Amino acid sequence: MFVDTVIEDKALHKPVFLIGLSLTVLAIFFALNFTNTLFGEFLRPVIGDPTESGFFGRFAVSLVLTIIFVVNLFVISFFKLKVQVAIVWVELFLLFLAFAYSFDLKMSFIQSRIPLMISRGLFTTIYISAISIVIATVIAIIGAIAKLSNNGFAYAISSFYTSLFRGLPLLLQLFLIYKGLPQLGFMVDAVPAAITALSLCYGAYMTEIFRAGIQSIPRGQWEASRALGFKFNLILRKIILPQAIPIIIPPTGNQFIAMLKDSSLASVLGVWELMYLARTLGQRDFRHMEMLLTAAMIYWALTIVLEVIQARIEEKYKQKS
Amino acid sequence: MDTKTNIPNNTEMTPVISLKGVNKWYGDFQALSNIDLEIKLKEKIVICGPSGSGKSTLIRCLNRLEAHQEGTIHVSGIELHERMKDIDVVRQDIGMVFQSFNLFPHLTVLENCMAGPNWVRGVDKSKAKERAILMLEQVKIPEQADKYPDQLSGGQQQRVAIARSLCMQPKVMLFDEPTSALDPEMVSEVLETMIELAKSGMTMICVTHEMGFARQVADRIVFMAEGEIVEQSSPEEFFNNPQHERTKVFLDQILE
Ligand SMILES: Nc1ncnc2c1ncn2[C@@H]1O[C@H](COP(=O)(O)OP(=O)(O)OP(=O)(O)O)[C@@H](O)[C@H]1O
Ligand SMILES: [Mg+2]
Repeated sequence: MFVDTVIEDKALHKPVFLIGLSLTVLAIFFALNFTNTLFGEFLRPVIGDPTESGFFGRFAVSLVLTIIFVVNLFVISFFKLKVQVAIVWVELFLLFLAFAYSFDLKMSFIQSRIPLMISRGLFTTIYISAISIVIATVIAIIGAIAKLSNNGFAYAISSFYTSLFRGLPLLLQLFLIYKGLPQLGFMVDAVPAAITALSLCYGAYMTEIFRAGIQSIPRGQWEASRALGFKFNLILRKIILPQAIPIIIPPTGNQFIAMLKDSSLASVLGVWELMYLARTLGQRDFRHMEMLLTAAMIYWALTIVLEVIQARIEEKYKQKS
Repeated sequence: MDTKTNIPNNTEMTPVISLKGVNKWYGDFQALSNIDLEIKLKEKIVICGPSGSGKSTLIRCLNRLEAHQEGTIHVSGIELHERMKDIDVVRQDIGMVFQSFNLFPHLTVLENCMAGPNWVRGVDKSKAKERAILMLEQVKIPEQADKYPDQLSGGQQQRVAIARSLCMQPKVMLFDEPTSALDPEMVSEVLETMIELAKSGMTMICVTHEMGFARQVADRIVFMAEGEIVEQSSPEEFFNNPQHERTKVFLDQILE
């Protein structure tokens, strides 16, 4: 991307924009009505009992929130880009924590269940995702080559496959495999069924990503290779794929991240992965939010790990060229 | 350097490449019609003609990057056709230099030059490297060996492309407008490389509009228009005494 070398005036430093923004935010806060939340409680000294403060209370709460919001933006606008990003991240994260704490969570309950969530749930989630990722990648490479070949069978099978498995909801595929195969005489357990469904579905999406990546390499590379007397397999392995991989990595990383979370669909088959435990562990004690939020944080952490790995690999390929 | 070559040695007289009655169509459009051409060992041919006259098509048929539909093309006695089994072997002996260089951007200059001998000729790495360095010296850029192609100027890239082809020890070199993508000040460095190559006795077929080069190097100039060979003659004949009206018009335009 190209960042222009001429710096425009910051919108936030123009009075017109600032006033417009303030009024808009005020209207939104007023419409959402925060009077009966924590914010109303804070303003009790000014507005009295929040539930009976009426229009004045609602307006006062909105006004205070608007001032905090706009002043915050205004102050942040003076920092350097990196600092801005850090501040906003921290603020958003604190908001998220505030959201979580507002449920009156019982920490001891989380602590007592977390070992099982990790040893059983997290382990199963990673196990299912990792195997599916490997299989889907293999499928995608074969599928992409088949789609690019001029072998009629290979093309037909590959295009039928991508069409079918991109065309059905993943949940439906999961049921078709889990419930359908036994009727044909193949017994499948829930975990292998989940792995099969995830591999086939994501393999189909990734086939298209790989195909597009390979096709994005200019024709001249094939011609030069052919002119040197290289055979198809050699060209693909040594010339085309090394150039296509850096192009393929970002969308593929995206797929891995999506698949990690779609592995939660295995919970409907009773597989004890993160999502299943998140739904069941808190049930008896009516502590749903504790478990759901715990699972949320674990999924998020996993995703961040994948994002970091993806960034590392992208960086490595950038240095090479 | 004795790497094995796949095409039997020709005597001076038998043609390395011969085309008889070659016709080629793109859909309904006839790009080549009735091409007869023979090229002998060590001969230097320049092909010229107006844009769209089929020069690229012709030269690309010689290593079968394009398929012809009628007539025969023989390279060192091997006929090129769609069911042939050893096209890769034939191509290894025909070097090709493209207008757009087509270097492998993920490989260094040295690796670009080593790839062919090492991967398909079965030359071991150290031998391939030795030869690559020798060829890079010949095109006068040994000091760029460890750079990547996009760190080089256009002229340097094209010279690497020539070195890459030469590393395969080809019998014939094909050039398709090797200087037309270059800035004017880089044209001469590539032409010099080609002139040196010609002096070393390489068989060369060059599509180019560089008439100075043609005058200096060519044994024969082939003039094409609308998919046909209009005339072919020695440079003196071609420039001083062109036979066809079309040739005269072309020369007037290009030499003005
Ligand atoms: N792949 C293709 N499909 C259809 N027509 C083509 C194709 N390649 C070339 N042609 C046509 O064939 C004719 C000859 O093309 P060619 O590239 O051989 O010309 P050229 O003499 O090399 O021209 P230039 O000097 O512009 O490179 C042109 O009219 C062109 O439009
Ligand atoms: Mg051309």
